[in-house]
Amino acid sequence: MSWIQKILPRTQSATKSNVPEGIWTKCGSCGAVLYKTELEKQLEVCPKCDHHMRITARARINTFLDQADRKEIGEELEPQDILKFKDSKRYKDRISAAQKATKEKDALVVMQGKLKGMPVVCAVFEFSFMGGSMASVVGARFVKAVESCLENNTPLICFSTSGGARMQEALFSLMQMAKTSAALARLSKKGLPYISVLTDPTMGGVSASLAMLGDINIAEPKALIGFAGPRVIEQTVRETLPEGFQRSEFLLDKGAIDMIVDRRELRDKIHGVLKKLHHTSH
Amino acid sequence: MSLNYLDFEKPIADLEAKIEELRLVNQGGEFDVGMEEDITKLREKSAELTRKIFADLGAWQVSQLARHPMRPYTLDYIPHLFDEFDELAGDRAFADDKAIVGGLAEFDGQPVMVIGHQKGRDTHEKIRRNFGMPKPEGYRKALRLMHMAERFNLPIITFIDTPGAYPGVGAEERGQSEAIAKNLKEMAELSVPIICTVIGEGGSGGALAIGVGDRVNMLQYSTYSVISPEGCASILWKSAEKAPLAAEAMGVSAGQIKELGLINNIIEEPLGGAHRNHDAMAANLKATLKQQLSQLMSLSKEDLLEQRYERLMSFGYC
Repeated sequence: MSWIQKILPRTQSATKSNVPEGIWTKCGSCGAVLYKTELEKQLEVCPKCDHHMRITARARINTFLDQADRKEIGEELEPQDILKFKDSKRYKDRISAAQKATKEKDALVVMQGKLKGMPVVCAVFEFSFMGGSMASVVGARFVKAVESCLENNTPLICFSTSGGARMQEALFSLMQMAKTSAALARLSKKGLPYISVLTDPTMGGVSASLAMLGDINIAEPKALIGFAGPRVIEQTVRETLPEGFQRSEFLLDKGAIDMIVDRRELRDKIHGVLKKLHHTSH
Repeated sequence: MSLNYLDFEKPIADLEAKIEELRLVNQGGEFDVGMEEDITKLREKSAELTRKIFADLGAWQVSQLARHPMRPYTLDYIPHLFDEFDELAGDRAFADDKAIVGGLAEFDGQPVMVIGHQKGRDTHEKIRRNFGMPKPEGYRKALRLMHMAERFNLPIITFIDTPGAYPGVGAEERGQSEAIAKNLKEMAELSVPIICTVIGEGGSGGALAIGVGDRVNMLQYSTYSVISPEGCASILWKSAEKAPLAAEAMGVSAGQIKELGLINNIIEEPLGGAHRNHDAMAANLKATLKQQLSQLMSLSKEDLLEQRYERLMSFGYC
């Protein structure tokens, strides 16, 4: 016990009881110590440096859609281990662990609801569920999201955050790229808007399918977005990658996305563009 | 013999070497007593051995065959399958990607659009073809040709053989993701028949980007996978050396994939693999394409598109 502890025993115990663990968090970018409730109010964006931290799918939906008239779509779908895939762990165990940790059945949550009164459908990836990877349930839920839009004549908004296709469902995962893109083709044909929001990170099979197919592609600041991972590219070209490579600002400059929008302004911005694109029924 | 025998073919290679030796000795004509007979017997034995080894190949062995350096590539098949191939170049925006070839051709008198990945055989050609790994301009060329096919009502026949889309700085800058995604979306809606055949490696999104169709075939010893066995192994097993395990776990071979209902047909390869007999391979491929094309051409455009959509929606859960 150090001398200061001897002097201040009561203060220390008071701190312990009054401040439960996990009330403070540290910004991964600027290191600022942040009060969690405040951070939540800021939608997990650091108020000091505007660093966009990851946000869960549910928190995203809660802050993006109006409170009233929400209805989840495709929640009955659950992943199955068709291939009996096993690496260092069984896929079955990985699914259980991810479900326990996230309280989600798979890596995409679809919610029908309203955005400032406008009926919309919202599909949101959950990165904490196996890196937001796309496999059969994600593909099927996404298609259900599109079908709901087709049926009710509503726009679709998707928030991507994903490492790509899920290896444990092998070719089934790859085929979800074709499946989701085909569904989006029907949405386009019917003249319904699709807004794709790319958040950190959006890579591989998700980037090379549904995420890049928005009528309007919006990225959050400094998100990593690309087809191949930076490490794979580095190993292939054997040179150091340029500063800011595959970040939102780089993609905007190269013409891959329409705009970069701060998370706290997404609700207003998306409502604003949808009002113009979806004017016939509004 | 320059057949580039693979590791698992070693017993066959040894036997063939012995036959070759005998044959050379026999050329002198000095020891002709019964030697012809021996050679014939050994040849039969070799064929029997090949049959035995090839009857039970694992996913990793099939992966090696799919990448066999002598395996026929798209441009090897074209003269066997089509008449009057007119190659068309360029994406009209940036460049002509040599890792994807395409053009007009006649298939039994029917004008078609042919598109395929192209690998190189020697070092120079390998580099020129970028090892069959397309950049965005390759996928955009393919899409341009597919749109042309739709405009002139030509069925589209594609050949898939790529390790994957190229992971490079320029490819990312020019929108590799968008190029692939757009092809997937557009191919779902093209109002002409599309037949896709994996002839070698079906490497991930880079393969799928010309692989959305009404019929999807795989040659018997081709592979199709979400990630290369090496890539999968280095992520999940933390070592690329475990690629054989990853290939087996993912089930990359035609047989495994057909069982899951993700492809329509497996096209049989000649004994020992497509590289042993290009003519026979092309003949099998042609027979399948011919049959599928006539089925698809009898469908109305509405039925064609509806069936294609249903096929895509059937993958995984509905």
